[in-house]
Amino acid sequence: MVNKDMVGRVGPKFDMVVERGKVREFARATGSDNADYLDDSEAVSPPTFLTTVAFWQPPEAGDLYRQLDIDLRRLLHGEQEFVFLREPPRAGTVLHAQTIVEEIYEKEGKRGGVMAFVVMRTDFTDDDGAVVAQSRSTAIETGARS
Amino acid sequence: MSAHDLSVGAELPTRTFGPLTRTDFVRYQGASGDFNPIHHDEEFARSAGFETVFSVGMLQAGLLATYCTDVLGAANIRRFKVQFREQVWPGDRLTAYGRVTRVYEADEEPRVDLEITMTRENGGVAIKGEATFATDELGTDA
Repeated sequence: MVNKDMVGRVGPKFDMVVERGKVREFARATGSDNADYLDDSEAVSPPTFLTTVAFWQPPEAGDLYRQLDIDLRRLLHGEQEFVFLREPPRAGTVLHAQTIVEEIYEKEGKRGGVMAFVVMRTDFTDDDGAVVAQSRSTAIETGARS
Repeated sequence: MSAHDLSVGAELPTRTFGPLTRTDFVRYQGASGDFNPIHHDEEFARSAGFETVFSVGMLQAGLLATYCTDVLGAANIRRFKVQFREQVWPGDRLTAYGRVTRVYEADEEPRVDLEITMTRENGGVAIKGEATFATDELGTDA
């Protein structure tokens, strides 16, 4: 059972550097030959690029996920959203990131059992502390088989 | 960008990706940092009850993002949201589609909302979602 007391809990603050080579690698891996990603020396990052935040999370960031007590055998990625206040971050930008457990809710599963929805939000801020982008990920723990 | 009709109901030209290969999955996993073995380790996938490895949902999302930013501009994206539906398997061809659902102004710039989908050859929806783009000029509201 997902631990609902985790709502509002935050992970550690850490930095993420948007690197040009990484932007290029990611663009190619997602079927792109767009010069805006590949050739610009201050290339804009692709819409789903912030998923690479995984490479920058410190080890203790995993505690937030472990303490949720999600059954990994029943875990599905339900939804993913990225919001940009202006254009997406460009190569060379240093982002300051922090993840919060935004919401946990339950629904009756169609095949019985209770499905738990866990919404995790990561805020990306600039040096002035202004939010420039947000990533919102909804994980689903499917109902236990009875 | 202004070359495209961006009034409500306007459809973006569809684009096909694939057939997707195991190499495409591995390349995406390396680029993204998601190393879940279910997407590349045949033995692991079978032990979990699947016939073979299947694609990473976020790869489909990334392809769909490539599709719409190629049409509307990489720097113009303001929001991208997808729901994961059917699994995608090696050999699948995916068709990306987008349609304008709203034309408006927000944060002092003209914007459009799109509904976006990625469909498998059998017609099943792999992912569906919404995207918001800033546009150079306001489209005509139908």
